[in-house]
Amino acid sequence: MRVMAQMGMVMNLDKCIGCHTCSVTCKQAWTNRAGTEYVWFNNVETRPGQGYPRRYEDQATWKGGWELGKRGNLKLKAGGRVQKLFGIFASPVMPKLADYYEPWTYDYQTLITAPLGDDFPVARPKSLITGENTKITWSANWDDNLGGASEMGELDPIVEKLNNSVRRESEEKVKFELEKTFMFYLPRICEHCLNPSCVASCPSGAIYKREEDGIVLVDQDRCRGWRQCITGCPYKKIYFNHKSGKAEKCTFCYPRIEVGLPTVCSETCVGRLRYLGLFLYDADRVTEAATTPDEQDLYEAQLDLLLDPNDPEVKAAAKANGIPDDWMDAARRSPVYALAKTYRVALPLHPEYRTMPMVWYVPPLSPIVDVLANQGHDAESRETLFGAIDALRIPVDYLAELFTAGDTDVITGVLQKLAAMRAYMRDVSLGRDGDPSIPESVGMSEETLYEMYRLMAIAKYSDRYVIPTAHVERAHELEEIGCSLDFDEGPGMYESGPFGEASGKPAPVAVETFNALKRRQTSDTAMTTDSGGELQGRVNLLNWDGNGAPPGLFPSGKGQGS
Amino acid sequence: MDAFLWGVLPYLCIASLVGGTVWRYRYDKFGWTTRSSQLYESRLLRIGSPLFHFGILLVFFGHVGGLVIPESWTEAVGVSEGLYHFNALLFGGIAGLCTLAGILILVYRRRTTGPVFMATTKNDKLMYVLLIAAIVLGLWTTLVSVGAGSEAHNYRETVSPWFRSVFLLSPDVASMAAAPIQFHIHALVGMGLFALWPFTRLVHAFTAPLHYLFRPYIVYRSRDREGSSGSRSGRPGWSGVGTTDRDRQR
Repeated sequence: MRVMAQMGMVMNLDKCIGCHTCSVTCKQAWTNRAGTEYVWFNNVETRPGQGYPRRYEDQATWKGGWELGKRGNLKLKAGGRVQKLFGIFASPVMPKLADYYEPWTYDYQTLITAPLGDDFPVARPKSLITGENTKITWSANWDDNLGGASEMGELDPIVEKLNNSVRRESEEKVKFELEKTFMFYLPRICEHCLNPSCVASCPSGAIYKREEDGIVLVDQDRCRGWRQCITGCPYKKIYFNHKSGKAEKCTFCYPRIEVGLPTVCSETCVGRLRYLGLFLYDADRVTEAATTPDEQDLYEAQLDLLLDPNDPEVKAAAKANGIPDDWMDAARRSPVYALAKTYRVALPLHPEYRTMPMVWYVPPLSPIVDVLANQGHDAESRETLFGAIDALRIPVDYLAELFTAGDTDVITGVLQKLAAMRAYMRDVSLGRDGDPSIPESVGMSEETLYEMYRLMAIAKYSDRYVIPTAHVERAHELEEIGCSLDFDEGPGMYESGPFGEASGKPAPVAVETFNALKRRQTSDTAMTTDSGGELQGRVNLLNWDGNGAPPGLFPSGKGQGS
Repeated sequence: MDAFLWGVLPYLCIASLVGGTVWRYRYDKFGWTTRSSQLYESRLLRIGSPLFHFGILLVFFGHVGGLVIPESWTEAVGVSEGLYHFNALLFGGIAGLCTLAGILILVYRRRTTGPVFMATTKNDKLMYVLLIAAIVLGLWTTLVSVGAGSEAHNYRETVSPWFRSVFLLSPDVASMAAAPIQFHIHALVGMGLFALWPFTRLVHAFTAPLHYLFRPYIVYRSRDREGSSGSRSGRPGWSGVGTTDRDRQR
């Protein structure tokens, strides 16, 4: 057993309101540059819908991920190593810009410079690729909220698959009339897979998986722009920067994760639907699990890879593999492990790609609840909900194609757990006694169901994001670092060195800013108290209006008195 | 004049090629890329690019065969000059024509596709001129040889000995000077191309990913690898925010 740690994420889709705040903040933080205009490390898709880039799930076309060879061996769907090298001069199945969209801006200048006249000046859309006038015909979320679904809904590869499958009667097809359809949002980032096919596709070896936390990154100095990773990733979450000629991808905000802060998308999520935490997994068995013959067994195989951090054997192996104690502690408190393995309500996206994705999703109960509520049924009662989960086959089949390679039993089980939680907690919230038969019917105890409710409904910041920081003993090897006294609460902790203020090595800017912000946000006292509070009587120069010299404008000069 | 062209210039070119490559690798790893424009246009690229690249690979191996392997060796294994020459002209000609056709498609695409043309730098244009000139002149030597039939100049008695002698540090200027004019011009343009090579996008050829055939599929790397941090190591000539150069030299 080779224990490795993996940062993972769980998204609770029932809570996603499709506001795109995660996409926008991510873009502002990471891809607000020339060459990455069309790049969305985080995007939110409406499902049913084509996704971004269009129809990326259609692997018959895009050749992403892994497949099993004739002898049951794992091989890249786009071809073996030799085949890939022969295709290097013109990548055979790379999406074109039109499969994403042509990014644009508006010619705002004319609004200001247009001469006085009777006509209103118009800001025309300009292509960010050619600089010419352009017609806007598509974008990253053009089919948001089922926009255009009555025309193009059939283009969703999953809808196509469901509607074309032989066992379907004509009336059971996915419909896009307003009253017969359903929808939910699917926020997507890089999956930071355990068996990443992008890494395997990279001829240069520039993409790598970090040993410490499993984050998959592109080494920008080693990437040569061969573009094979773009084909390799079945989620199409590697993008080509057309200015630098290099591949770029979601970084899991590793500079923030290293100092214990959640990713930008998680931090800014309005619905608080994202959970961050550690998984421990057995790296030796990854290939074996990814080679599971039946696609519908891949979910179980992936769960089997995840190790229980309370298991003494795992603990011993983790110690032997150099996983620090505080990381083990974080793994025990991990909300993502709880949702994926303990409660088994979080599912991987498209396990059939065999990449072992590590961003998990709690499937939404809302398509079913919405139908019940619209029809005037009691959408909180267990019987109604369970009956509806059985009756409303289309949403269940759709979710199964997304999360379990088509295994509806797993989806039904998860939805029943969510329904049971809903029904059980209604009684509790209304001050009635909880009905113990409800948790029993989904194979859970009342306590477990209540704990799951706590985690899914009211978990606080520190419960949702359990992020162990880059380790202190190794801190001297990190990029930005001060002196050896910089351990937590130590004398060198972002304050000053042993010889007074500003002595010692300079505090890293990133760490300083993070910590100042954290203190300001968590401090009980005002900014400029003299009470020796967090800021020790210092004036924040950004708030100083320039009138006179308030007390604390200058440091007191320790030891000299003031 | 001959002494300069065939005795000094080659070493200046080699210095530029080697020194430039080392410099570029140290200071501009981020700029070391194919600068692919496939995202903008792929229909013409799918035809032109493989045609050009496979063609130029064949041309490269042809040159290695003709320049590096002495005539006496091929004759020792029973390949007569006539047979060798016929093969060289036939396959060299085909490969050269493929290469030329490929690059013409690519240049046409570059000129007519708006985004691709906009992404073309002056550096690219200069490189294209030299590259096409070298290919055309190479085909010209082939054409002249074909026209001359059995009277054709045997470059393996003039150009090839000179080429090898350059690397043995005693340039055989007289041999090269005896070659016909078309070989002289082709060699000069070729030297110009190689001198410019490290400073153009052509550097991507030096990092042809052959090691992909031998490495394990999944690459693991430690965050704390010696001297590196985050996703990539510090670049020479740059110091990180909040650190001094002194700190970097731990």
